Amino acid sequence: MSDNAARDPASQDPIAVPAPPSAWRRAWDSDIAYSFRTSPMALISGVVATIIILAAVLAPWIAPYNPFDPGSLNLMDGFTPPMEPNAFTGNVYWLGTDNQGRDIFSTILYGARISLFVGFAAVIFAMVLGITLGLIAGYRGGWVDSLLMRVADVQLTFPSILLALLIFGIARGFIPPAYRETMAIWVLIVAIGLSDWVQYARVVRGATMVEKGKEYVQAARVIGRHPASILMRHILPNVMGPVLVIATIGLALAIIAEATLSFLGVGVPPTQPSLGTLIRIGQGFLFSGEWWILAFPSIALLALALSVNLLGDWLRDALNPRLR
Amino acid sequence: MLAYTIRRLLQSLIVMLVVALVAFSLFRFVGDPISSMVGQETTLAEREAMRDALGLNQPFPVQFFSYMGRVLQGDFGISYRLQQPVMELILSRLPATLELALISGFFAFVIGVSFGVYTALNRRGWLANAIMTTSLIGVSLPTFLIGVLLIWVFAVEFQVLPSFGRGDTVDIGWWRTGLLTPSGRVSLILPAITLGLYQLTLIMRLVRAEMLEVLRTDYIKFARARGLSNRAVHFGHALKNTLVPVITITGLQFGSIIAFSIITETVFQWPGVGALFINSVRFVDVPVMAAYLMLIALVFVVINLIVDLLYYAVDPRLRVESGGAKH
Amino acid sequence: MSEPLLSVRGLTVEFPTRHGTLTALDDISFDIAPGEVLGMVGESGAGKSITGSAIIGLIEPPGRIAKGEILLHGKRIDNLSPPEMRKVRGRKVGMIFQDPLTSLNPLYRISDQLIETIRAHLPLSEAEARKRAISLLDDVGIPAASRRIDDYPHQFSGGMRQRVVIALALAAGPDLVIADEPTTALDVSVQAQIIDVMKKLCAENNAAIMLITHDMGVIAETADRVVVMYAGRIAEIGPVKDVIRDAKHPYTQGLMGSIPSLTSELERLVQIPGSMPRLSAIPPGCPFNPRCPKVFDRCYVERPDPIPSGTRDVACWLYDRDEVAA
Repeated sequence: MSDNAARDPASQDPIAVPAPPSAWRRAWDSDIAYSFRTSPMALISGVVATIIILAAVLAPWIAPYNPFDPGSLNLMDGFTPPMEPNAFTGNVYWLGTDNQGRDIFSTILYGARISLFVGFAAVIFAMVLGITLGLIAGYRGGWVDSLLMRVADVQLTFPSILLALLIFGIARGFIPPAYRETMAIWVLIVAIGLSDWVQYARVVRGATMVEKGKEYVQAARVIGRHPASILMRHILPNVMGPVLVIATIGLALAIIAEATLSFLGVGVPPTQPSLGTLIRIGQGFLFSGEWWILAFPSIALLALALSVNLLGDWLRDALNPRLR
Repeated sequence: MLAYTIRRLLQSLIVMLVVALVAFSLFRFVGDPISSMVGQETTLAEREAMRDALGLNQPFPVQFFSYMGRVLQGDFGISYRLQQPVMELILSRLPATLELALISGFFAFVIGVSFGVYTALNRRGWLANAIMTTSLIGVSLPTFLIGVLLIWVFAVEFQVLPSFGRGDTVDIGWWRTGLLTPSGRVSLILPAITLGLYQLTLIMRLVRAEMLEVLRTDYIKFARARGLSNRAVHFGHALKNTLVPVITITGLQFGSIIAFSIITETVFQWPGVGALFINSVRFVDVPVMAAYLMLIALVFVVINLIVDLLYYAVDPRLRVESGGAKH
Repeated sequence: MSEPLLSVRGLTVEFPTRHGTLTALDDISFDIAPGEVLGMVGESGAGKSITGSAIIGLIEPPGRIAKGEILLHGKRIDNLSPPEMRKVRGRKVGMIFQDPLTSLNPLYRISDQLIETIRAHLPLSEAEARKRAISLLDDVGIPAASRRIDDYPHQFSGGMRQRVVIALALAAGPDLVIADEPTTALDVSVQAQIIDVMKKLCAENNAAIMLITHDMGVIAETADRVVVMYAGRIAEIGPVKDVIRDAKHPYTQGLMGSIPSLTSELERLVQIPGSMPRLSAIPPGCPFNPRCPKVFDRCYVERPDPIPSGTRDVACWLYDRDEVAA
């Protein structure tokens, strides 16, 4: 981010080559880093999000148990409350176990891994789709532009979670039953991604329409290069800020969407439980008193969604781009 | 005004046609409609005869139009899973969803606007700040988690409110209402809060932002400079101007309330259309999915239309410009 | 001069910000006589509009009156309670803003806004208020007033809207009208008409005008006396004729040099070099010292207060008795 801002003017002026102190130093001194350091909300959210993401990525190495390895499960360990020895086996689990004796802490780590994978993948999909369509709409103009923007307008009036649900349902209909389980995660990613491309497209389209009239684009056409590649190189740095904000908030939305769909029982397959699946499982034990099976995955999801959301909020204020 | 209305109607019609096309393709190409209707022992020849009889061998456009014809008469086919006409299923469950959506939408709007106005007028007050901070959490909280937490607190811990179903209902014609019995009304509380909370925070933040914007305008300054009372300035001039854009977005929010009712109905086992839809997705019950798709699209299109026309009625600037050369 | 209608004494307005307190108005004093037209001129940011806002008690928070007092008919109005102050606004002091396009609420009819204002101050029935509203619109020169009163603001042209704004400001018969750049946003062709209407109506109602503008030409044609503001302070104050003929403060001289004159075609238009300092960077001593062609040592050290000089008060050490003697 700050790197781009620092490098851009220099690249346009080949004579003035400043001697940069160091990339790290510049990043630390930049406005955005200063704003981050001095905002307690951003700091706390950043730390929380980083911890959860690291823990999820490193789950296979730091989780005490592998909840997907049937060999490590002992049904006798089922329903162990947190921090208390099991009545039969005497084993102690930090956050207790579920009905099958799976360690809640480990299932949360693995569940967050799946939630984050779906979230990031959906955001990347939406980003690539939105940027591409935005470039095309802005560059081609005419009916292509009107059509794409009309679709975008209509789509914006639907809540994205409903769209994801509908797309997921329709896609599931078209997939042969034998593949429904194995392809569920990818269908989910596409469904969530498809429901959230519009904002990227709008930002990129606006920037493209401004840039395409400029001389260097005409020049590129004269020397026979496709202007699209030139546009891409010049426009993307310009829209990095807004796109980053949309993507951060989009990540929180995608995580929530995935959790919601999985909670409804139509998301990831039960063999790969995400945080939403865990909450769904936990809800079943609420009335029988095993509150920990529900509580800890819920807290994990809340902490993840809230911290990413707050980071996005802060980023938007810090960059202050025109998002609307 | 008339030209505008006609143009909007045409646009809505196109959207509906596209959705119908998607719904029909779903209906036509997902699985084999014949095998879902007949038993194992039916011969290939018999199946082919049925195909002919049902018109499944006709060209796509012909099939589409005959499907549309049936849909317009309210015939959405038979549910694969429940073996009942889809229209009957939806009609029997619609009252539950509408009652839930209307009640929670009403409270979300009333409380959202009041809180929004309060936090805008008392921008530096501690209570306003507390409300704003809480609302930030409300925005990040997934709807289903709100529902689960409410059940935990009020149904499990304190055992004061029911956590599932509609309670006792009364039939008024075909409309089955839960509003007339005590247990029906009590059952509505938790689902309505769950469904409305997100909209409430959204409306509140929107009203606050709009109102702060309006309070900075020249005409508010001028109204103050003319010695009008705070009440006239805040609740006459400022509120009216705030509500114009708010109406648009709130109207659209009502559509999303119906959409989010899918989640709420699942959490509270509320026997509405949303729960029906989720089950149809789970079991790939295509006729129900297709019908729900069109129903939701219709609701959104109608709400969009109403909101647009309402906007037109509230803002005098639009009324005149449409008559002139300006677009 | 009889008892002044409005009297501003040592008014100081401050804006506390994160980077320290900015002084937007620094110890300014002036009077307005009943029925008088007082012009107030200066560059943007000189403190003209804030003076107007301070008088009518509508300084945007966190700005506040730090020192000084404002008296209307000899009674202080700067420390009134909000309900008491509301009885002053509109009833005793009317205000006209710069942009007629944004001064009127677009969702209310002209009649609603007029009648509401009239009934807020005068004990009239709805019908009587409406009658008064129509005659007000007649007075400000709106043709077919009885028919047009129920139109919405967007149905009027810019000049007509400013007439409506004037009618609104005069609705409750104030003794003083503060007009903050009333013609800046308008077409040149209607500017003179608006000024004429305003001046004529105020004269008929014996209302004084405080005319805020950056256009010395408008002041020259309209005002009786003029206050020249610079960086939140008064540079010069005196009868318009004298100030134009013989400006004393170097800043006023610069201002006069920047308006074209018909009588002295050969004189070059002079521009004041540099620009007015920002409120956060006002130099010590005289705030004009970085741009002043006649600056000397004392100007960097001591701050000049307005000093009586003939018919005028001038805040410049050039006119201090000691300096003149020396």
